[in-house]
Amino acid sequence: MRSKQSVRIANGAKTPVAQIPRLDYDTFADAVLAEFDSGSRVAAYFAAQAAEGGLELYAVMARERNANFALFRTPLGERFQSLTPNCPQLHLFEREIAEQFGVTPEGHPWLKPVRFHASWRTGHDAWGREPGTHPRPGDMEFYQVEGDGIHEVAVGPVHAGVIEPGHFRFQCHGEQVLHLEISLGYQHRGLERLLAGGPHPASNRQMETIAGDTTVAHMTAYSKVLEGLAGQPAPPRAQAIRALGLELERLANHVGDIGALSGDVGFLPTAAFCGRLRGDYLNLTALLCGSRFGRGLVRPGGVGFDLDGGLDGQLLATLDGVQRNTLGACRLFFATPSVLGRLEGVGRVSRSTAEDLGLVGLAARACGVPRDGRFFFPTGVYKESFDEMITDELGDVFARARVRHREIEVSLNLIQRLLNVLPTGETASKIGPLSPDSLALSLVEGWRGEVAHVAITGGDGHFRRYKIVDPSFHNWSGLAMALRGTQISDFPLCNKSFNLSYCGFDL
Amino acid sequence: MLRVIAERLRQGYRTGQFPRVEPKLPARFRGLPELTPECPPGCAECANRCPFGACELREGAPALDLGRCLFCADCPACPQGLIHFTPDYRLAARKRELLWRQPGKELDLAWPLAPELRRLFGRSLKLRQVSAGGCNACEADCNVLGTLVFDLGRFGIQFVASPRHADGLLVTGPVSANMRQALLATYEATPAPKLVIAVGACAIGGGPFRGSPEVTSGLDSLLPVDLFLPGCPPHPYTILDGLLRLLGRRKTG
Repeated sequence: MRSKQSVRIANGAKTPVAQIPRLDYDTFADAVLAEFDSGSRVAAYFAAQAAEGGLELYAVMARERNANFALFRTPLGERFQSLTPNCPQLHLFEREIAEQFGVTPEGHPWLKPVRFHASWRTGHDAWGREPGTHPRPGDMEFYQVEGDGIHEVAVGPVHAGVIEPGHFRFQCHGEQVLHLEISLGYQHRGLERLLAGGPHPASNRQMETIAGDTTVAHMTAYSKVLEGLAGQPAPPRAQAIRALGLELERLANHVGDIGALSGDVGFLPTAAFCGRLRGDYLNLTALLCGSRFGRGLVRPGGVGFDLDGGLDGQLLATLDGVQRNTLGACRLFFATPSVLGRLEGVGRVSRSTAEDLGLVGLAARACGVPRDGRFFFPTGVYKESFDEMITDELGDVFARARVRHREIEVSLNLIQRLLNVLPTGETASKIGPLSPDSLALSLVEGWRGEVAHVAITGGDGHFRRYKIVDPSFHNWSGLAMALRGTQISDFPLCNKSFNLSYCGFDL
Repeated sequence: MLRVIAERLRQGYRTGQFPRVEPKLPARFRGLPELTPECPPGCAECANRCPFGACELREGAPALDLGRCLFCADCPACPQGLIHFTPDYRLAARKRELLWRQPGKELDLAWPLAPELRRLFGRSLKLRQVSAGGCNACEADCNVLGTLVFDLGRFGIQFVASPRHADGLLVTGPVSANMRQALLATYEATPAPKLVIAVGACAIGGGPFRGSPEVTSGLDSLLPVDLFLPGCPPHPYTILDGLLRLLGRRKTG
């Protein structure tokens, strides 16, 4: 019988690091690839300084069917055999490890920087760049198509609209896109390094600003990591209020996205209605906590605000009107033939591509890939109150729009149920000291997809490594694939249908 | 077509009455902080307690830098609880040092541009927005000004696609090392005379990322800034109020 190769833990749980077997790299590689073959996928894959000295590689594999995560680890040398050729969804993770620690995944087919920052280990650079200088963003070899009539279109970092910076490089033949390469890193703020040695007094606000439109999801993931490390879950009422914040965040963004898609196809009525309605959901969040983006709502140990003084009734009453207008605006959108004609069949991602690339969240669900942390890895109120995972089939812009529409209905319904049966009791508990030499993880289904946070503490109970995986990290490759074979003029529409985060990716 | 008209009638007319009518903000909204100068003798705790360096003692009294303040609900700065947030959303200032909030002193809100610039920009102001390393919340609350609730267009203000078409830059984010060059190039590409507007705590002073070697601790160290709009992110009305003040279209005070 083979000895135990991994540790399995539930969402929000912790394990002593010493219990995760330290496999040699070949055994690790075989075990991780076998885990992929059995239907698991990567939730996080990162390097850290080992307590024993040197580097370690951790794999966190999500096992949907078992509602748990498998953890693997191995010591990491200066060079290691890349697993990307066998498992494409690791491609960005291995590039990230190479960039952060200056190690080389040998045989990686696409080894380019991810965020264009200097290596965290001064003097070790995977690309042999000059130490002591800041890399130039976009300084890499872009994939190029050659031939008669082929041309290249470069867009960004500064874009035409009020949006975040990123660089897109299209290889085109006439109007047709043969390939799109996306090069990011412009929003890089060095977040993971700021968190080392934490939690710090500034950490709460940094978590809330990883991706501003995902404040509640990231802050909930962080809080659950701390609560896991302290062995002290938030009280039930706090968990319900967090879910309320999370669903309001989903509604604001989904409604805003339907409006933006509507604007992009030139259907102004729904664009105008949804632009305003998105603000109504943000204002509902502000009613709860004073901030339209949910800042201050979630705090480690619980929530910062209670639903007292009749606020639950006020929320329900306001929601009632907003709901009718939302559903009306969406109905009109999906009943308009000229809209549907513009959405259907555009920017298609096949189910197998989505699975290979490890897409998550609504982009995966739109391809028929069942991925929803609320359904597979539920915590808190989602354990009892969520069973309506929405999937679609064709993986095109239309499918991504329709998933949003149906999720809007589910979230509205969920919020009403939550407000009607809000648990009583405390809204926060004081968090005790964090368990030393432990690993805790949490996965929260934000509106784009899963937000995964992993913390490894040192002997003093402070973060030895804090890893953040925003859903956008999994999904940008999906957008690149969606563009293949489409018209370049469909890019804005495809981009909007994913609506990925630049800052969540860039950290 | 009939469905569109029916839905339009049901949704109703929603454009706000600002600035004629003051906006109604939620009771828990955190605007202009107020400092009660009842510090116990010798207490200088606030200078060390704000993780973002927004507090210090000035002339023996606590002072709060609105440029660095993130308007935290659980503001840890004063152990005596002498800092609280009022619902006043008006926070715009023309000079960096005027963002210091001191007890008993009125905030010196932004004054209009010089007459020559007002003549140029007062009725038509085109801005190029540059997002430079933030979290996209400031961008979201700039975007929202384009919705029909705020309807920025009715004031002659518009976000444009090219810096060549712009009268100025509206910058968000702590200017990451990776955006610095693109920001400066965009500034260069904007024809003079041009304005620079810093929106949000990140652009003004690095915000929650202050101290990271990957960000700049203040846009004013790179470009001459004409208007500072504090907040994390600033409320859309804070931004709109600031823009209108700059154009001399709000009563001062």
